[in-house]
Amino acid sequence: MFFGRRESLKGIAFHLCLFVAVLVAFSCLSCGKKTGEIRIGEFGSLTGTTATFGISTKNGIDLAISEINSAGGVLGKPLSVIVEDDQGKPEEAATAVRKLVEQDRVIAVLGEVASSRTLAGAPFCQNAGVPLITPSSTNPKVTEVGNYIFRVCFIDPFQGKAGAVFAYDSLGARKAAILRDIKNDYSVGLAEFFTTTFVARGGKIVGDESYSEGDIDFKAQLTSMKGKAPDVIFVPGYYTEVGLIARQARELGITAPLVGGDGWVSDRLIEIGGAALNGCYFTNHYWDGDPDPNVQRFVTTYKTRFGSSPDALAALAYDAAKLLAASLKKLGDVDASGFATLLSAPTAKNEKLRKDTLAKLRDIIASTLDFPGVTGSISIDGNRNAVKPAVFIKIENGQYKFVGKVLP
Amino acid sequence: MQEFLQQLVNGITWGSIYALIALGYTMVYGILRLINFAHGDVYMVGAFVAFFAARLVGAPGPVSPVAAVLVLLTAMAACALLGMGIERGAYKPLRKSPRLTALITAIGVSLLLENLGIIVFGPDPKFFPQIVAPRQMELIHGVLVGRHQIIILGVSLLLMTLLQLVVLKTKIGKAMRAVSFNRQAASLMGISTDNVITFTFAIGSALAAAAGVLVGLSNPKIDPLMGIMPGIKAFVAAVLGGIGNIPGAMVGGLLMGIAEVMVVGYVSSTFRDAIAFALLIVILLVKPTGLFGTGMAEKV
Repeated sequence: MFFGRRESLKGIAFHLCLFVAVLVAFSCLSCGKKTGEIRIGEFGSLTGTTATFGISTKNGIDLAISEINSAGGVLGKPLSVIVEDDQGKPEEAATAVRKLVEQDRVIAVLGEVASSRTLAGAPFCQNAGVPLITPSSTNPKVTEVGNYIFRVCFIDPFQGKAGAVFAYDSLGARKAAILRDIKNDYSVGLAEFFTTTFVARGGKIVGDESYSEGDIDFKAQLTSMKGKAPDVIFVPGYYTEVGLIARQARELGITAPLVGGDGWVSDRLIEIGGAALNGCYFTNHYWDGDPDPNVQRFVTTYKTRFGSSPDALAALAYDAAKLLAASLKKLGDVDASGFATLLSAPTAKNEKLRKDTLAKLRDIIASTLDFPGVTGSISIDGNRNAVKPAVFIKIENGQYKFVGKVLP
Repeated sequence: MQEFLQQLVNGITWGSIYALIALGYTMVYGILRLINFAHGDVYMVGAFVAFFAARLVGAPGPVSPVAAVLVLLTAMAACALLGMGIERGAYKPLRKSPRLTALITAIGVSLLLENLGIIVFGPDPKFFPQIVAPRQMELIHGVLVGRHQIIILGVSLLLMTLLQLVVLKTKIGKAMRAVSFNRQAASLMGISTDNVITFTFAIGSALAAAAGVLVGLSNPKIDPLMGIMPGIKAFVAAVLGGIGNIPGAMVGGLLMGIAEVMVVGYVSSTFRDAIAFALLIVILLVKPTGLFGTGMAEKV
């Protein structure tokens, strides 16, 4: 088909007009619409090397939200969650949060397990004035992003310190080696705080080796560690690598126990590591065998709904969602008109009111004191971190055994 | 000393994996002057085929040696077919096109396999079943060798010997050498060059699949992107040994594995990937034809 120059220009102009008209029509549709529900964003690694992190977190949040909604929602308004998958990549996490905040206009964001991913997304929430509660990012830098960023878990200094105290006092270790994931903020942070505490107690770090996420061969690092005969090896990594590290350590004849942090938490850990993990320890946020009726009720409902026992990430996600809902309820009690603006997408008119309301929501979250979560009683301190105890778990014949609690 | 020997054992094990993959690169390059960038992904497919085949014969948990060999052979056969398919479907139509076209197509095939892998197998890592139970033995005082390591070394040596026999002693091997020497002349002598090329892809892909299975066995975590890094490093190994040269690829692979393990063991793990490319730069500066390569005149 052949168009003259004139016609083709006209055609383009016509299509442009049509396009703009459609655009305007759509934007008006969304801006004027009263959704009647409170939109919350969630981002997580539903796929990728740490997929179980994202899935557990999503399950925990889903359970909390459905419990809240079936009990009538928050002041009669249901909560809805918009989930974005970041594939376990920080750059995707940034895109996901940006979409949630700028396009979906959520009123709060829940998410990420990995500190590096939360750190990638947090600045968007901070700039837009949307509260972000990370259930399980433990790196201190996360909440340092700004006053809208919160967490319901303990932080790396505490976890690294607890690991060192446990290794020195309970295991009687005097020589420790470290194998850290050099590209991961969480792992490096834990390793540093472990080192400081362990050395301060009089212990010695005999080997400090590193790897990068995605590596499958650690024998070179472990061999050079073996020569230094450590009493304990601190491996603050994630479960996929930890399983392989344990296997290869045992294959090289290293018998020293491995000690790690909550990055070990996954159903897949035992599958990958097998018998090699027997006699190893890690810090965790909670223990599913805790006799507390609150915990047991959570464990039972989770099991009936998802068919597996909830891990710590699911429990923390559950607490984060419940804490957010409780804060929203408080907000609605003190500021009904502000609460109402959160129910619909913002318009030019109520943009300011919405912003002020979200700031109020932030203040309410910041003032949380002794919130009864399944991972223990949560209080938010001045740095927007949760103050709470850690538990130590031992792996025995593929089972998790409770060893003890470390208080902050 | 003991530590050094242990590192050497680790390095040789990895090196034989690189050597197996490098052979495929070097054979295809020798015959087609094409760097088959999809080769690393064939290695990944090999690991996944074995993953599913192992389930059929009763994994997880150790299976009989016969079943384990069967798993290996299934993966090799499947990847041989895949390699032939890639050659016939993607490269053969471009035989008369400029070399750059085929090279870019190779990158395209690589991306296709990776992303198909993500769709079909899922992006999260899979645990490769332990079809042979791990066990350690002491080589000399304090130096441990695992059963998996012995299997890796044994299978690689066996396959490399077989390959040398095929290339040097059989009729098809003779045809391969002829095509590699001069494709046009070979076709004038009545050699069906297309069949020889397809055969080369089949062998190379089967070797890559074997490498995939061996890696899965000893480092039981496989995912659809696992082929990228080993693929690139094996390519460097092939260049190191002299691309187009079969013994060169074996030696290049071994050197690469040992260099990598030594760097991680004695310097820092952050140089693990850097060492491969440092080696590539050095070899290209000092001896661009590689250790065993002969400076042959560029044929058009």
